[in-house]
Amino acid sequence: MSMDEPDTRRRLDDMAQGLIGKPLDRTEGHLKVSGTATYAHEWAVADQAYGVLVRAPFAKGKILSIDKAAVLAMDGVLAVIDDDRLLRNPAQGTANEAPVQGAKDVVYLGQPIALVVAESFEGARHGAQSLSIEYDADESVAIDPEASDAQTEKPDEKQFSQGDVDQAMQEAAFTVDQVYRTPGHNSAAMEPHCAIAQWEENQLTLYGSYQMLKYNRNELADSLGIDAEQVRIISRYVGGGFGSKLGIAPEAVAAAIAAKELQRAVCVTLSRQQVFEAVMRRSETRQHFQLAADKDGVLTGLSHVSLVSNLPDETFAEPVGQATHFIYGGENRRIGLEVARLNKTCAGSVRAPGEAVGVTALENAMDELAEAAGIDPLELRLLNIPEKDPEQDVSFSSRKFRQALKQGAEAFGWEKRQPVPGQVREGEWLIGMGMASAARVNVLMQSEAKVTLSADGSVIVETDMTDIGTGSYTILTQIAGEMLGVPMNRVETRLGDTDLPSASGSGGSWGASSSGSSVFLACEDLREQLCRKLDCQSADLTLKDGQAIVRNRSHDLVELLGGESLQAVGIIEPGETSENVRQATFGAHFAEVAVNATTGETRVQRMLGVFSAGRILNEKTARSQCYGGMIFGIGMALTEELLHDPRDGHIVNRDLGEYHVPVNLDVPQLDVILLDERDDHASPIQAKGIGELGICGAAAAVVNAIYNASGARVREYPATLDKILPYLD
Amino acid sequence: MQTLNLQVNGETHELSVDVRTTLLDALRQHLHLNGTKKGCDHGQCGACTVLVNGKRINSCLTLAVMHDGDEITTIEGLGGSDTLSPMQKAFVKHDGFQCGYCTPGQICSATAMLDEIKEGWPSYVSVSLVGEPELTSDEIAERMSGNLCRCSAYPNIVDAIIEVGDKS
Ligand code: FES
Ligand code: FES
Repeated sequence: MSMDEPDTRRRLDDMAQGLIGKPLDRTEGHLKVSGTATYAHEWAVADQAYGVLVRAPFAKGKILSIDKAAVLAMDGVLAVIDDDRLLRNPAQGTANEAPVQGAKDVVYLGQPIALVVAESFEGARHGAQSLSIEYDADESVAIDPEASDAQTEKPDEKQFSQGDVDQAMQEAAFTVDQVYRTPGHNSAAMEPHCAIAQWEENQLTLYGSYQMLKYNRNELADSLGIDAEQVRIISRYVGGGFGSKLGIAPEAVAAAIAAKELQRAVCVTLSRQQVFEAVMRRSETRQHFQLAADKDGVLTGLSHVSLVSNLPDETFAEPVGQATHFIYGGENRRIGLEVARLNKTCAGSVRAPGEAVGVTALENAMDELAEAAGIDPLELRLLNIPEKDPEQDVSFSSRKFRQALKQGAEAFGWEKRQPVPGQVREGEWLIGMGMASAARVNVLMQSEAKVTLSADGSVIVETDMTDIGTGSYTILTQIAGEMLGVPMNRVETRLGDTDLPSASGSGGSWGASSSGSSVFLACEDLREQLCRKLDCQSADLTLKDGQAIVRNRSHDLVELLGGESLQAVGIIEPGETSENVRQATFGAHFAEVAVNATTGETRVQRMLGVFSAGRILNEKTARSQCYGGMIFGIGMALTEELLHDPRDGHIVNRDLGEYHVPVNLDVPQLDVILLDERDDHASPIQAKGIGELGICGAAAAVVNAIYNASGARVREYPATLDKILPYLD
Repeated sequence: MQTLNLQVNGETHELSVDVRTTLLDALRQHLHLNGTKKGCDHGQCGACTVLVNGKRINSCLTLAVMHDGDEITTIEGLGGSDTLSPMQKAFVKHDGFQCGYCTPGQICSATAMLDEIKEGWPSYVSVSLVGEPELTSDEIAERMSGNLCRCSAYPNIVDAIIEVGDKS
């Protein structure tokens, strides 16, 4: 089915099993809490050898030679691989083809250049550390995107202009003209990337940790120069992704090449440091905002021009202005993007690419505009919600933006906020409140699933979708159970294997709505098949607890099937509703912080997120996704920052001891309100994405609260003590 | 290579390991107890938390050969998938995880942490240095801050632990 028309039937609401939307426990929970869910590194593949990647210790230049002999002579070392097919860059999300290869040309420090394989992990690690290489390093390393000699590009398709922002700025009653900066970020998923490669003749099986298997299979095959049919990827459980596992990474190709050469299974795991250096970072951004408002605070002009960075051969550019296009009104608009070419780890998707940093800085600028205009920040947002998409003449699909702002303000007690900064003090702590809007584009992707209604009345769902902690196993089970009227424990959901029908994969928040729609469609087909047996219309058929009820008569499903199994395939494709309405998710963040009046340390005391994201499929897992996003926001606001040495670009804080993700005590008990909503344009299950919405704007609520608490206006993330101290007396 | 005895989850294992093998790798690679996870291999994340003679430690930060004769409890020893311990059940109920990768470490850590509170160990947020600390969310959050969760299930982890702590 192609999503060309809104699906106003809302079929899920007609079902009787009562599973959809409920806060049900994760179906695979018992495996995860008992340590029996199988992650990539844990497959019992016989006779494995272990590989450790060797990093380039310089940022730009050429490998001249590698002294393999000395390492090969070491105890237990089996091979030193420096094949030309080794990846130079990891693959971007949905690349679907080989990323940049050729590891001997070095373009960033930490780039993998060779693989040492040994009988044991300890032996391989020692071999990798001992490998001596001769290289020619080029001193002209580009690290700073804002350097005067930085090479930058302005891709035409990434520039937008409407009306005259400069004139709007001149004529405005109130303006903001400020630059905000966000540093690079690392996804830091807890499971480091890992791949075990095993060949049988010319068939490769790769046990890995990836988010989008149908693309990953093509990327891997293309990198190796073989057909996709020769590759099977298995990722049953993925220990977090957040973008870092969207595409294949160096371990996959290295393991496959080594396994072929050695004729035995090879396992390659990245060290935590290698995850930082050789996978993906979120680009740093420089964002210039110009906001123009009339005397009532209504926007007349809005300009958001950003500078981001990436490696020379990459087309990905952090889409900083993605939501600026539609979140607020204003006649005169300019949204631009410039990319600097640097010798730093590949930039790619990290949770909510674009909005995570773009909405955040926009919401800081809005806070400044509210102050300039003397309007409450909440009021300013409400005033500027556009009726239609302000750049294209299309309506929004569902959008409970206004309700999110209002309901959030009430639940949080926003009216208690003191408008003048620095007014509330408790002992040595300055207390303040901040808020921000949340917005994220919504996308539907092609996805396919097969559902089997077995003769015994149980159900099997099969698709190569992944569950990266998002809840795919659970929500797909719920959808099938709801549609076919069977309890959760009668549905088995099989995911994470390219032998199964190809799904959308997990990324861009589209996983649940896309793969969920494919399961829904397959189940609709199965209901039709049952209707034919019962000679009724689907609308007249109630399926509940293994019973088929038509015209007040109940039939046992097993008897009805009469020993037969039914099967159906569901395929969803994006269609015209992707174009003829503006689809996005919205929300509001509220934060209360305490800033230490002496040290400048910030503690988040309370935080509330209110989200509008279409139908919520599982209230428990959706809420957890929102917590996750908001806590990423706390990290972005206060501690997370990739630090590159300005001389050679090496990441100074390339581990979890120095790159500070939030820990338990950094996070207060959060509140999340999920608004009841159906988006008929988004998908036949009326759901939209929710996995990334929670991060969009969250950090701004915290930083705006810091201003309200202390008067410190931080425009360079993160808001560390040194940036707050100058404002304290 | 060196041989040693480990008492893991009540069973004695004799193994012969490369002396460079961490306790974590001995559990995973030699004993195939994959419940204990490796998130950083440098003592920075807590994913590898196990109990050694009843106390929680990062098993990546210690060599296997240093534990000859020690009693080790891993997540598998706390409860299997159909024999979950109260803490494991509470994590499921409160959704104290998402991807599940930090989870065995969180649960081992939480289990030992409650004993530390019972024994009266104070923490950075304890109001008093003597007596049994109160089981507040701050007290739990502080004591669980050595276990990173990038999925950021922290609020739910705290709720799960409070539930178990209150019952015991
Ligand atoms: S793996 Fe041991 S602390 Fe991270
Ligand atoms: S559940 Fe994924 S890191 Fe904690």
